[in-house]
Amino acid sequence: MLRRSFLVILLVLLAAGCGSGGASSPTGSTSTAAAAQGPGRIVSLSPTATEMLFAIGAGDQVVAVDDQSNYPADAPHSKLSGYEPNVEAIAGYDPDLVVASGDPGGLVDGLGKLNIDVLIQEAPKNLEGAYEEIEELGDATGREQQARTVVSGMRSQISALIEQASAGSGLKVYHELGPDYYSATSQTFIGSIYTALGAKNIADGAGKKAPGYPQLSAEYILKSNPDLIVLSDTTCCAQTLEKVAARPGWKRIDAVQDGDVVEADDDIASRWGPRIVEFVRAVAEAMAETK
Amino acid sequence: MIASSRARRGLTAAAGLSLGWAVIGALVLGGALLVGFAVGPVDLGVGAIVREILSHVPFLGVKSPLDDTEQAIFWQLRAPRVVLGALVGAMLASAGAGYQGVFRNPLADPYLLGAAAGAGLGATLVIAYANDSGASRELRPLAAFVGATAGVAAAYAIGRSVGGRTTASLILAGVTVASFLTAVQTFVQQRNTDTVQQVYAWILGQLETSGWREVAIALPYMAVSWAVLLVHGRLLDVLAVGDEEAASLGVSVSRVRLLVLGAATLGTAVAVALSGLIAFVGIIVPHAIRLVAGTSYRVVMPLSIMFGGAFLVLADVLARTVTSPAELPIGVVTAFFGAPFFALLLRTTRVAGP
Repeated sequence: MLRRSFLVILLVLLAAGCGSGGASSPTGSTSTAAAAQGPGRIVSLSPTATEMLFAIGAGDQVVAVDDQSNYPADAPHSKLSGYEPNVEAIAGYDPDLVVASGDPGGLVDGLGKLNIDVLIQEAPKNLEGAYEEIEELGDATGREQQARTVVSGMRSQISALIEQASAGSGLKVYHELGPDYYSATSQTFIGSIYTALGAKNIADGAGKKAPGYPQLSAEYILKSNPDLIVLSDTTCCAQTLEKVAARPGWKRIDAVQDGDVVEADDDIASRWGPRIVEFVRAVAEAMAETK
Repeated sequence: MIASSRARRGLTAAAGLSLGWAVIGALVLGGALLVGFAVGPVDLGVGAIVREILSHVPFLGVKSPLDDTEQAIFWQLRAPRVVLGALVGAMLASAGAGYQGVFRNPLADPYLLGAAAGAGLGATLVIAYANDSGASRELRPLAAFVGATAGVAAAYAIGRSVGGRTTASLILAGVTVASFLTAVQTFVQQRNTDTVQQVYAWILGQLETSGWREVAIALPYMAVSWAVLLVHGRLLDVLAVGDEEAASLGVSVSRVRLLVLGAATLGTAVAVALSGLIAFVGIIVPHAIRLVAGTSYRVVMPLSIMFGGAFLVLADVLARTVTSPAELPIGVVTAFFGAPFFALLLRTTRVAGP
């Protein structure tokens, strides 16, 4: 029981991407020569890295992606796990670069013994961190130019969206990770987006005692009366505006009364890849329309 | 030998619950409920809550000082949660006392016979495979209930088939079934890492309500369970003498055992289905009562209901306020504060004998 709980806690931390931001540099010795030509056999154990790799045109170099990587649809899906990685199974794909979002179960050590390069890209603190990871992937795969193009495209789109959202700056936002009211503070990547858009994140009220991803009490959410609710539990847990309105007492929340509830895609909202622009757009447009 | 001396004392000394303890129990439970109603992440004010409650009494003419949102917070979120906490705590504690009596084993708890593991597997299956259906939250209590009942039934069948009448074979069967079910549950969980957070939250216990529905679901089952447990207090005292001695006194041992087990399991299954796996209540509450109020089940059983309810309500107050406005899993609170409290009680009372 105890041991299982511990394992579960580890998994939760991983799933939440609690890693301190910024990407660590490639472990082992990525020889610059290999990087220049670009590795030909990449294994991605991170759904975000998979999306980034395909966005910068390195998709052809990817030989396998993990079981959580569901985008893009034509990625070479496999049963490899990023949570419980099996070094033998990964090595079976004969990769020259493995990208992961963490180092569970001695992944880096294990692959290091086989002289396979590993790039760990943890959840960043903010958009800048995400841009850096994309450029880092560009460097590691020989796609520097495409990576820079992707990043500058994201930058310009997002700054336009921030401009658009300024009409609703100062709005109180509740970001929902699950129907048990887990949320994300401004210290997290997803929370940093609300900061960038000028919204007030109600989860920050719990940030001191429960930083990162606190489970908010329903009483507090009702009392905070958010102007905008963003659901990122629509595919996992089938939450909708109607479901939210049916929760006890929630009809009194301004956001629910006015229908200012964004039903976001769980996957996009829990990753930090190029598709985050779609999430920022949905929130920015909702903010601009919220009175 | 030890068991029989304990039982004889129980038989001769206690004639049931004394008025003094009944009053203390009622006061503690009432006090805990008041604290539960008064304290929460949102400060409503004790006076305002009292006036709000009085405003619903006709002809008093009291006007509520709470606005609509605050009324919703109190009546739809806080009050049902406090009441559910009292019910679940009372159920787990009295079921624990029942199991301890049936097995004559001080370590027996409501989860002993595979109830927790079965419920855990049921809930995990729903969270993992029916999560996106939208009916997951409605299905979860049912699945946990079925799992808990199936776990105990399997343990009982295996225990009976191998060991005849001894309680040791039943306990071993329970441990075996629990290990197996836990293995399956962990496997399912590992295959579905995207829902691991919800499974984790459920395993650590959560008193989450959607209004008064959960209270209405729980109440009839628990009432039946409590009726059976309270009626059997005296027979459990006799059972403590030992199976053969009890039989010679004209008690149908296996019938008592089956009835008490059934009632305790039914109540446990409902509690687990609605609140997840809340640890420790079923062990420390009955034992604390034995240390201060006596070992007869005619005392332990009613006091377990009152003190168990009070204990869980107060534990939930901490769960709601320690990291407010964030929540702590209540299972963490019950063990973290319950364990040292019980150790202290154990040290200070130092009862003579067994």
